[in-house]
Amino acid sequence: MRTFLVLLSREVRSLFYTPIAYVVLVFFLALMGFNFQSAVTFVNQGPTETTLVEVTFYNLIFWFVYPLIFPLITMRAFSDEYRMGTIETLSTAPVNDWQIVLSKFFGAVAFYVILFLPTFLYFKLFGWIATTGQKVHDIAQAAQAAQSAGTYITTYLLLLLLGAFFISIGIFASSLVKDQVNAAIISLATVLLYLFVPNLLGLMLNSTDPRFTRMRGFLSPFDHMRDFARGMIDTRQVVWYLSMTVLLLVITHQVFQSRKLKAA
Amino acid sequence: MIQVEHLTKKYGTFTAVNDISFQVGKGEIVGFLGPNGAGKSTTMKILTSFLPATSGKVSIAGFDVFEQSIEARKRLGYLPENTPLYPDMKVGEYLRYRAALKGVPRSKIRERVGDVLDLCHLADREKQLIGSLSKGYRQRTGLADALVHDPDLLILDEPTIGLDPNQIRTVRELIKNLANKRTVLISTHILPEVEIMCSRVIVIHKGKIRATDTAENLLKNHRSVGELRLEARAGDGAAGVLRGIAGVKDVTEERDGDWTTFKLRLDANTRPGEQILKLAQERNWPVREMHQKSATLEDVFADLTMSEH
Repeated sequence: MRTFLVLLSREVRSLFYTPIAYVVLVFFLALMGFNFQSAVTFVNQGPTETTLVEVTFYNLIFWFVYPLIFPLITMRAFSDEYRMGTIETLSTAPVNDWQIVLSKFFGAVAFYVILFLPTFLYFKLFGWIATTGQKVHDIAQAAQAAQSAGTYITTYLLLLLLGAFFISIGIFASSLVKDQVNAAIISLATVLLYLFVPNLLGLMLNSTDPRFTRMRGFLSPFDHMRDFARGMIDTRQVVWYLSMTVLLLVITHQVFQSRKLKAA
Repeated sequence: MIQVEHLTKKYGTFTAVNDISFQVGKGEIVGFLGPNGAGKSTTMKILTSFLPATSGKVSIAGFDVFEQSIEARKRLGYLPENTPLYPDMKVGEYLRYRAALKGVPRSKIRERVGDVLDLCHLADREKQLIGSLSKGYRQRTGLADALVHDPDLLILDEPTIGLDPNQIRTVRELIKNLANKRTVLISTHILPEVEIMCSRVIVIHKGKIRATDTAENLLKNHRSVGELRLEARAGDGAAGVLRGIAGVKDVTEERDGDWTTFKLRLDANTRPGEQILKLAQERNWPVREMHQKSATLEDVFADLTMSEH
């Protein structure tokens, strides 16, 4: 356990040592700020049925930027170590392979959580500000909706699950190749495919078969987000994301182990 | 300390290490000698649990490197070829991290790191970024890392490769001092190092062990040993006459005007100098220079590894 924590702290520190981390932080937070601001403006325009949280997250700006985070924070995980040769000093220390794989995974998850923390504050702050005297009908409503702890905690729960899943894809991609950019491309392509295929499949095949809608309901993160943002936790989705994440981590572990069996 | 039995490593159809067996006892400094591609690094990577063997049994301090890998790894310090390090960390920071990783108790980390920094003359570089270190310092950092958990066994893969002569001397001295009560296995193809540092030598070529003995014995027992150079003004039959001397295996000659340079290949332990001079006197050959070169490890090495077994 101690070894794992040592590895984990090293992973998080090394993520913050790279310029990429700050690029991601700045641009993501800037965009989220802009997104939030336009969401508030939108809600401000008139009575709506959608909550502030929902508007913030169930829109194109967010989903356009969101997938980009993952390749950036995970591409270095294994690829860097392969390239620098430090995988050798790491593997010959008294650490086991699971500790290595999991420390890289949780290191990226820790960064991801830190990334989203400020945005979590937006809603909190909004709630506090909105209830101090602003009597405009809609904002008060929005504030109440935003305040309702259920709503944004569930949203963030989904973001965590989704994030863990996409991070595990990124870590897996990184364990496959020596080149960071290669890893980034593989993980980006996979994340994008996963995000868009369920929704597009019906369109592409030009069918209105209700089975497509059901499948979409199971797989599409957009649909999940819509539900979670309304305060609904569907345990099926929770199990889906958790089990997929675990599956990918197990595969990564296998790949990592088997790398040693190939020519050095 | 190290026990290797019938170790084989194949990469597909290519056999990198072919059924080798050897031992390294406690406190020995053993040189692992061989040309590039001989299988030295592969063997070391197997010893340190980085690569699995195709077959055979390897144990470190009694622990099998495959079955009890973590226990084996706790007892050895490894410096891989090309000394991989993290360029974004500072030297002290890196060593503290590695100490923690290798299980050095938290209360002892500061002390151990301080010790190895002093041992490897790195104290003044503690706060420097590894990425900005020169090769010599990088090597020393790698060495410090290998030592930080005070292992009984050190495995060093070409520790002086790429260093300038001064740096080489420093690192070599360092290794000799560290060897103190530890067991060391060094791989290299720089022969003078072996003669200076090692008590025993294992010569490996194309995946097979060609010889294992002390450097002295290798030199003494090796068949093709010794060369004598004679510069004399002699006639044409001279080579034949020289060849006739006991212990002379072969003679080559090179004419340079009046003078001829004869190169005689000699058997082990033959010193025909006296005989040759007497011969020269009898036949009236003015002798300008005579020098017997005793065999070096290089000759032994070349002989063992140039043949295409």
